[in-house]
This record gives sequence, C-alpha cells and structure tokens, in this order.
Amino acid sequence: MTVYVKGVVFEGVDFDDPKHWGIEAYMARGGYTALKKILSTGMTQDEIIAEMKTSGLRGRGGAGFPTGLKWSFMPRSFPGQKYLVCNTDEGEPGTFKDLDIIVDNPHALIEGMIIGGFAMGITVGYNYIHGEVFEAYERFEAALEEARAAGFLGDNILGTSFCFQLHGHHGYGAYICGEETALLESLEGKKGQPRFKPPFPASFGLYGKPTTINNTETFASVPYIIREGGQKFLELGKPNNGGTKLFSVSGHVNRPGNYEIPLGTPFSELLEMCGGMRDGKKLKAVIPGGSSAPVLPADIMMQCTMDYDSISKAGSMLGSGAVIVMDETTCMVKALERLSYFYFEESCGQCTPCREGTGWLYRVVHRIEQGLGRPEDLDLLLSVGGNIAGRTICALGDAAVMPVQGMLKHFRSEFEHHIEHKQCLVPGF
Amino acid sequence: MVTSNQAPTLSAESQAQIDRELAKYPADQRRSALMSALRIAQVEHRWLSNELIAVVADYVGVPPIAAMEVATFYNMFDRAPVGRHKITVCTNLPCALSGGYKAADYLKQKLGIGFNETTADGKFTLKEGECMGACGYAPVLLVNNHSMCNHMTPDAIDKKLAELE
Repeated sequence: MTVYVKGVVFEGVDFDDPKHWGIEAYMARGGYTALKKILSTGMTQDEIIAEMKTSGLRGRGGAGFPTGLKWSFMPRSFPGQKYLVCNTDEGEPGTFKDLDIIVDNPHALIEGMIIGGFAMGITVGYNYIHGEVFEAYERFEAALEEARAAGFLGDNILGTSFCFQLHGHHGYGAYICGEETALLESLEGKKGQPRFKPPFPASFGLYGKPTTINNTETFASVPYIIREGGQKFLELGKPNNGGTKLFSVSGHVNRPGNYEIPLGTPFSELLEMCGGMRDGKKLKAVIPGGSSAPVLPADIMMQCTMDYDSISKAGSMLGSGAVIVMDETTCMVKALERLSYFYFEESCGQCTPCREGTGWLYRVVHRIEQGLGRPEDLDLLLSVGGNIAGRTICALGDAAVMPVQGMLKHFRSEFEHHIEHKQCLVPGF
Repeated sequence: MVTSNQAPTLSAESQAQIDRELAKYPADQRRSALMSALRIAQVEHRWLSNELIAVVADYVGVPPIAAMEVATFYNMFDRAPVGRHKITVCTNLPCALSGGYKAADYLKQKLGIGFNETTADGKFTLKEGECMGACGYAPVLLVNNHSMCNHMTPDAIDKKLAELE
C-alpha cells in the first residue's frame, strides 16, 4: 500500500486507475516536462548539477550522501564510455519503497535517469532490480518500451543530439548486491562480492569505466527538482534534510505501507497515519532505518522527527527509511536472533571477520534464545562485534553489528532475564 | 548399457530470451547476461544441474566455472531438483511481526513437509526465504521465484494452493 501525503515521487498518481503507471498517465501529470525543459531551453550540465545541489537531495538508498555532489564527481570530459546505474536491489529488511516506485511510477525513475545521463554526459544506464520482485522487473521493462516508443530513450532524444540507452537487469537472491560495488560485480555477471574502495565507482565502476550509482527514489525525485526548482524541493523538508521521503512502515501497525511525507515529520504523526498500533497494544521499540539501524526504545522514538539529523542524534540512522515497529509483546532476543541469522546467511564470505563473526554472533544470540545463554555472553557479543566493525571491505559487517549493539544498549535487561530464567520475558512472535 | 546422460538443451524460446538479454550489454561483456541466462534455463528445466550450467556457460560464451560461481552464489537458483511449485516463505523480522512464521507453520502442516523438503507427489517444495523487499505486504510468499503473493493468511494460502496445478 502506498499512501501519498506530500511529496515528489507519487504526487498526482491515481492508484485506482489500472494504467496509472503507464506513460500516458505519467505525462498527464506533468511527466517528461523536466526532460523537455532541459532539451528545449538549453539548460547546461552545470546548471542541472547546481539545481541538484540547491535541492539538498541526499541519497535515498541509506547512506544519505548529497546527490548533487556525487554527480559533480563524474569526470564529464572522460573520453571513453561511462555508465549510470540505478540501485533497485532493495533487500534491507523493512524496506519496500523502491518496489512501489517501479511498479506504480516507473517513468519518474526513467526520466530521472535520463536527466542524470544528460547532466553527466553518460549515454548508457542500467537499473539493477532485486531478484525476488521479478514482476516489478517486468513492469519496469514494459515502461522502458513505452519510453523508447515515445522517443524519450534511444538515439537523438526529442530530435537533439543527446542519446541515452537504458536497460533493466535483475538480481537473483543476494542481499549483498545492494552494496554498490557488489552490485557492479553482479552486473558484470560475477559473484556479488564487494570491491575495495578506492578506487571509487566514479573513476573505476562498471566494466572499469567511470560510473555513477544512485538509488531508485533518488532518481525518481529528480524530475520534480528540475521542473519545480531545487529551492522548492528543499523547502518541502528542513535544512540539511531537503525534500520529502518515502517511509516503509512494517510490523505492528494497523496499516503498514509506504508513506511519502516531508522530512522532519514527527514520528508520532507517522504512527498516526499508519492507523496507530495494531490491536491497541503499546509501542515498545522501533528500528527506524532498516534492519541494520540500531533499535530505539519507544520513549526516545516518540521524541524524534523523521529526518537524517534527528534520528542520528538519537543514536540510530534514517538509512533507507524503513521503519520497523514493534509492540510490547515483542521479545527482543527473538527479534535480534532473526536479524543476526539474516546477516550470517547473507555475508558473502569474502572477509574473515564478517564471514566468521556473523555466524558467531548468530550462534550466541541463538543459544540465549534457546535458554542456554551464559552471563558472559553479552560481553562476548560486544567483543565479537567490535572485532567485525570497521575491519571488512564493505559495510555488511557493520550492519550485522549495529543491531546487536543497539539491542544491548537499550534492552540489556531483557537479555539478562533471558539468560537467568531461560525463557522470554514476553511471548514474541 | 542404459544411460540417460544426454546433455540437456535450451529450447529455441529460451535461446531467444537469452539473446534479448545479451543485447543489453556491450558485445565484449556477454558475461553480464549470465544471471538472466541461468534464470531462463532454470525456468525451462526447473533446476540447474551441472550439465545444464555447462550448456548455459557455452551458450553465453564463458567458462563453465564462471556460470557455476553465479549459480551457487545467488540463492534463487536451485542446484537440486525441486517440486513443480517451489514456495518460499519470508520469515525475516518485519514479516515475522506480521505472521510470517504462522504462514510457514500453516504451510508445513498443510503440506506435511518441512523447509527444504518436497511433497511425495513431487508437487510442492517449501523453502524459508530472506527479505524479499515486500515487508508492507506481510506475510509474503514467492511461488516459483517469480510470483509474489501478499497478505498470505491461512485462507489466502488455501486459495493459492488450490490454484497451483
């Protein structure tokens, strides 16, 4: 379910119309006018990138890196082939916003990528789509056909000398491919094992060529910024947190779904939009930015606004905007056990601290959950975590550790109870 | 000597589909189509035997080991026979909070099998999956890798199973 409150990605989308995703409906709500504006007014690459910087748009995939700045890193005068890549490999537990973008408004993404290609002097792009959402991949392919037929993609777009080819590419079940260099390896037809950085993709990316990678929601926000101006986008949010954002809300709420709202909206308001807590239960904790983000207890969360700075100040991160809501019946040991298993399962095996450490973390949390925990296990978890974080090629190791640290910081007594009494404090799921 | 070691083949339709994927990439980067090619071969043959992987590698033009690496790295590839319908249930935390384990338990009881098992008639294989990126629609199942089923309560599961032949 997608709920549009205020924003730029789903503005004007009539979800009741079966063809709301198609090119006709998209153009009827102002689609492709940003591209036409660029090509007809002679807007320059520098002007586009300046507009992106003004907007304050930060990468919506999780890292929050300023998009305009990233675009300015691309060596525009590089003589050989360069690539533009969209990361729709959405597998962070809790996140399902990019799925709805390519299903319900794929042309916003396509237009955003074409504009990105123009701004950085790139002629070929790929959209890497999570394997499990295969029907969404097919939807995206259908939208590409429409865009080609309308002359927005291909050679001499709208009669100019600008050419841009765009293709869909699907994964087939590997969380790690959401990491941008693993994604590039996978796009090259290899195992998705992350690369060392530097060199960064801007200098050595797909097939060793300069490459810019952005998230789906990031690209889908571009047409609005060009059409309406960066300043207007910025003012939708709050300083340093420009614009609106999709929040994927899952767990114990009455109406889970994607909510497009201004950055800076209080969490309490978002919870209300979701119809409040399911069965009238009490809020216990929230993972505010996808499973890798440290958990926050209810009292801290209720003081937060939904933006990068507020969540960061509270000791967690906004990440991809995936909000996992847990009520008072949730056993935090069981919750952590499931997440730790996920990272163990998804570690690519390249770096020893992550390959061995994620399994170690899982086995220790598992034995606590099984009633076999020892008092020293909690310090052991922190020690193992400390030897993973920052010692691996990519951030999956850190992502496995942060949930453990967050749980032990805020819910240590629940883990101690579990070890002492060999059972859950609450029923769990 | 009785032998059935004939190399598997790719149908003309599968080959045409692989060709469409190959066209997306630079001519000297055919390997990029490997994942799609393996997916297409798996749809045709239901699972990827060593022999089939070698056939795909040959068609794409990469060494068999390159295709084997991909087939063993990505978890939607089946390296052993599966039933006519492979049902994958997400039990990751967001789904678990909304009935993921209940859906899995119901399927186990209804089909009389556990995870990674196939019913005696060869119709269903049950798998536990990791996040499919559809947490707002929990509980979710994936049927034969490509068909996502949302809000899978016991009633919805009954209906879905009845549809699958």
